[in-house]
Amino acid sequence: MADEYNPRGALTLFHRETRRFMRVKMQTIIAPALTAILYLVVFRYAMGERHVPGLDVPYFDFLIPGLIMMAMLQNAFANTSSSLITSKVMNVHVFLLMAPLAPIEVVLAALAASVIRAIVVASVLLLVLFPFADIHFAHVWMILLYGVCGSIIMGGVGILSGMWAQKFDDMATISNFIILPLTFLSGVFYSVHQLPDVWQSMNHFNPFFYLIDGFRYGFIGVGDSDPVQAALVVVVAALAVTTACWWAWKNGWKMKE
Amino acid sequence: MNALEIQGLSKSYSGGKQALTDVSLNVPEGSFFALLGPNGAGKSTLINILADIVRPGGGRIQLLGHDLFQERGWCKRRLGVVPQEVAFDPFFNPREILRFSSGMYGVAVDEAWIEALLERLELKPHAEKNTRQLSGGMRRRLLVAQALVHRPRVVVLDEPTAGVDVELRKRLWTFMRELNAAGTTILLTTHYLEEAEELCDQVAIIDQGTLLMHRPMKELLDDVASHVLRLHYADTITLDAPQTAALACWRPRVQGRSIDLCLSTKLDASNFHQVYTAATAVLGAPKEVTTVQEDLEDIFLRLTGDHDGR
Repeated sequence: MADEYNPRGALTLFHRETRRFMRVKMQTIIAPALTAILYLVVFRYAMGERHVPGLDVPYFDFLIPGLIMMAMLQNAFANTSSSLITSKVMNVHVFLLMAPLAPIEVVLAALAASVIRAIVVASVLLLVLFPFADIHFAHVWMILLYGVCGSIIMGGVGILSGMWAQKFDDMATISNFIILPLTFLSGVFYSVHQLPDVWQSMNHFNPFFYLIDGFRYGFIGVGDSDPVQAALVVVVAALAVTTACWWAWKNGWKMKE
Repeated sequence: MNALEIQGLSKSYSGGKQALTDVSLNVPEGSFFALLGPNGAGKSTLINILADIVRPGGGRIQLLGHDLFQERGWCKRRLGVVPQEVAFDPFFNPREILRFSSGMYGVAVDEAWIEALLERLELKPHAEKNTRQLSGGMRRRLLVAQALVHRPRVVVLDEPTAGVDVELRKRLWTFMRELNAAGTTILLTTHYLEEAEELCDQVAIIDQGTLLMHRPMKELLDDVASHVLRLHYADTITLDAPQTAALACWRPRVQGRSIDLCLSTKLDASNFHQVYTAATAVLGAPKEVTTVQEDLEDIFLRLTGDHDGR
């Protein structure tokens, strides 16, 4: 039974997945950080010193945590999904299937690498912004909880997407038609209080909304939803996605004929 | 003990193709085992089931006495597979790939063994190159190194020498012989039947997902290989329908100006005389007569009726 678990193997897989994104850091770290910074520069000058209606915080302070979280979520998703689809297209995934790793070890190693990539991107962004912005840390535990759980959820969605996709085009469909709209329409750039009632209600069905709102609450101390209640939902969602990934890997869903 | 015990293994793919039908096979521990079959016979399906790349449809496999499907972790640590398709992670170089592979198999990185593998497989000058810079033959040798890096007790080689030049192939086989002599069981599929005949002490032939035969190589060549009566004529031979019918029971095979007729597995005078008389009655007196014994390739072709792939 001892041979059914392989902690050294899981650590090696985590190490490999981390090394993979660090090998192409211009693409995986610097480019997403630069994109977020460009958004901030554009909105800084477009919105000036305006405050967010209903929340009474400067728009720039409101935007920073949202953009950081958006970058974290997108990169956590990209890390697992691109690793899997590239492996499948190049037929390298067979080495992962052949390795004596328990399904939970594969999932945890891949998720851990996703979380690390998300944290590295967020850290680079914060480091660059620190001299130019007055960044508050109202509730550090909320920042960590939402940051880590959000990255786990999106890393998990990336695993499931990578397993499902058979070609790069399938993955582009998920990235561009599901992930991107959900992140852009999640309240990164606006408060839901600014939206008409119908759109406000629809936003509450967007899981990204809670992730970004809770993360932002950790920085500025105010948000659109009840972040403590949402925190519970986010933790349960992270566990549910991890379980789904474990089940899918265990059954070789879309990976084994 | 058997390194592998396969019982009633079946597999059909979602498209309905029956890849394996009730295959039962034992691979003795320490053997050098050839699994042969035409393209699409089911060899790679069997290997991919062993490697956990393909789900089995039914049946049971034991590796070194442990149930492969129930004790995957234990079995995988003791199994090294060289897949048929050459593929590598383009992010890493050969040395890194071998280090990662060691770790993923739960083994502490053994730099001396990695060095030895790179040396023996003539990859040392390329150890720090990106895998995209490696030639096809180098990549295939890297696959072999990757399968051996965790020192498995059973090694499965799915056509490991395709695209590898003759000299390197010989050196690779020398290395495999050494591993086999040290106790590693090797299961091999190859298109080079003369190599299988030379290297392997056991052979199984599979066709259309069914096991046709499994014997020790020596027994196969002694007992199954027929003797062939080869008659040489001055002109090119063409057999019409009545002539073919008259010689049918000796499975005539025309090759230009010669014709092969199968004798029984044991060469004896009465059998020889009977076939020779029938042949001369149909084709006339030959210029020259020889007898040859079937080699593995002849037996393979006879059993599978294959003339193109293996």
